[in-house]
Amino acid sequence: MRAAVIVFPGSNCDRDMAVALKAAGADVTMVWHKDANLPDVDLVAVPGGFSFGDYLRCGAIAAQSPICKSVVAHVERGGYALGVCNGFQVLTETGLLPGALMRNAGLKFICKTVGLNVVTSDNAFTEGYSAGDTVDFPVAHHDGNYTIDADGLARLHGEDRVAFTYCDNPNGSIDDIAGILSENRRVLGMMPHPERAVDNGHGGTDGQALFRGLLGQLTNA
Amino acid sequence: MKARVHVMLKDGVLDPQGAAVQHALGSLGFDGVESVRQGKVIELDLADGTSEDTIAQMCEKLLANMVIESYRVEVL
Repeated sequence: MRAAVIVFPGSNCDRDMAVALKAAGADVTMVWHKDANLPDVDLVAVPGGFSFGDYLRCGAIAAQSPICKSVVAHVERGGYALGVCNGFQVLTETGLLPGALMRNAGLKFICKTVGLNVVTSDNAFTEGYSAGDTVDFPVAHHDGNYTIDADGLARLHGEDRVAFTYCDNPNGSIDDIAGILSENRRVLGMMPHPERAVDNGHGGTDGQALFRGLLGQLTNA
Repeated sequence: MKARVHVMLKDGVLDPQGAAVQHALGSLGFDGVESVRQGKVIELDLADGTSEDTIAQMCEKLLANMVIESYRVEVL
């Protein structure tokens, strides 16, 4: 599987993402935000961090960068994309995923490991888990309070597009939502960091199944 | 020409920062603050003759996130 990790000024989980993808067996290329063209890849990963200093809104400036036009085109062609933390914010700002991430309800930056429920395994990202599994991933965000209008929320639930929910909601997200899928189930956006849970040194390896599952699915595709 | 863009969370979108400001005003002894909404003001210095339609596009493409925010333009 070939993967590209997008790097914005202010990205700080780009190397972690690349390490996690490589550990699972992917061939990874780092792509700077000013590059207009993506290499020929199966997966685009939009990493966490504080792209453009979170100016205006988290992810808003990054979503307008040259590379994001190529990311949108990649997804429209049926390509896979994974957005984690700031990457999730960027994907909502591009319109590839519905809803928005607002300031945490408690207003504090939250940095800790949280329990998540795997809500669906019917997609390439979470097929390595079973629906109903509980996993522990770190979160580190100030703006992870997911919101969406009532119709959009009903669609997410009705189409089985909520991938992860928080066991104990840390940020006020509607219906405890931690991660969602696109309509074609090939784009996953999530606030928690699976790439920070892939090595014993991380204190947990629950994220390995996500990357290994993805590799298995996309390599056979 | 100058334009001032006011960006606010839409009605019905919970505003945790506004709620915190309201609480803080209450703590300072200001009674009767029934609600606080916090937004942002963006001032644009524009080429003369920039159309309102163009400014609206700026707002909808970048300055406001139309999923959660609304905007109002004041041409100065």
